[in-house]
Amino acid sequence: MSFIRKVRSLLWKEIRSELQGKEMLSTMIVFSLLVVVVFGFAIDLNKDLMGGVLPGIIWITMTFAGILCLNRSFTAEQQNDCLYGLMLCPLDRSAIYVAKTIMNLLLMVIVEGVTIPLFFIIFNYPGPQQVGLFVIVLLLGTYCFMAVGTFLAALSSATKTGEILMPILLIPLIIPVLLSAVIVTKGSFGLVVSGADLYLKILVVYGVVFTVLPMLLFDYLLEV
Amino acid sequence: MIITRGLIKTIGSKKILKGVDLEIAPGEFVTCFGPNGAGKSTTLKILAMLSKPSGGQVLIDGQDIRENGSTLRRKIGMISHNSFLYDNLTARENLEFYGRMYEVPDLKRRIARLLDEVGLSFATGEPVHSFSRGMQQRLSIARALVHNPPILLMDEPYTGLDEMAKGVLNAILSQLAQSKHTVFLITHDFDQGLEQSDQALILVGGRIAYTCNPRRVKREEFRRHYLELIGGVK
Repeated sequence: MSFIRKVRSLLWKEIRSELQGKEMLSTMIVFSLLVVVVFGFAIDLNKDLMGGVLPGIIWITMTFAGILCLNRSFTAEQQNDCLYGLMLCPLDRSAIYVAKTIMNLLLMVIVEGVTIPLFFIIFNYPGPQQVGLFVIVLLLGTYCFMAVGTFLAALSSATKTGEILMPILLIPLIIPVLLSAVIVTKGSFGLVVSGADLYLKILVVYGVVFTVLPMLLFDYLLEV
Repeated sequence: MIITRGLIKTIGSKKILKGVDLEIAPGEFVTCFGPNGAGKSTTLKILAMLSKPSGGQVLIDGQDIRENGSTLRRKIGMISHNSFLYDNLTARENLEFYGRMYEVPDLKRRIARLLDEVGLSFATGEPVHSFSRGMQQRLSIARALVHNPPILLMDEPYTGLDEMAKGVLNAILSQLAQSKHTVFLITHDFDQGLEQSDQALILVGGRIAYTCNPRRVKREEFRRHYLELIGGVK
């Protein structure tokens, strides 16, 4: 119970901090909207072809918006050495990781909620045929991305070239997530995709592995 | 009681601490001096459990920090030249956050009292980024004391403070000394550091080179010892 209370307090701090500064969310939303507009001008396909391309466009946009979010994720802790302040507290340090991951996930869900309907409007695409599956893959894919990304953001925040290092470490690691998410998203659009179930399972397994591993390693990571 | 036995810290191939043996009795005020790179901050970080020792042992109230870290952290408050405060949060929100992390009972009253003690009652709703350096350091003192820790570790807390803020810090330190808090202070300032301490030590090259009771040693004599040890001009 203490762990959950600590995560809640950390999350409260994250939300208050974001509400006061409004730096991360506004940057991510503006960036995503710009990408939507650019893709809107650059790609002109008929509906059938668009169904095959749109999942990739959505996930590329979310990947880069997510990298923006992750790069700023530990900025507040770097200012005034706040990470030391957290490390001094009597808590299981993995609570810091859990709270950061939840916060990053919340921000991404808001960005997706604003941006994804615009994709369908701008590309004049009717939307997913299986809305439930689309929402599941969106949440699951975003969670997997943020679970591994938050850990790497903590790792790279301790280095001088963190903003460059983080995407270089992250992108190879999230290739299985992106591939699986794109394929399952295509399936939710009504396209015939072989093995969509398998890719969904890959996402679940990836999510579990990259929740447990960072929680086990986070304490060591902070000591480095 | 804080005891370190043969404390060693190695970073890469560099030995920062080469066997530090230290005993701080409950309620004792210990000041640590030393040139840059002597290992003062590293020692303090190990005592605060922010860094793991490469060798040796640290006991706080008889418990090894490697085994009881989470419990022992409740007993420690730390003030550094960095404030550990969140710029976007207000003074009250910062204390509320840290208070929740330490599960402080009757937190609202405790915060109001602390803000009053450090003279920041007028700025409770102001974000920390609007504070002067002195105000931030005063709030940092309140943050370190929010859970009323019996042990206080301080790493050059006077850095960048104006005379008024130094006065507030000195008043709080003297209050802590009277209320039998254990204090470990790192500073370069002989006057501030020797003022209230029961034990003064000089750390050179990762080892304790000299210890004394500053009440029995004149300030000039202590200064001479210091300069001799670091190889400076007498």
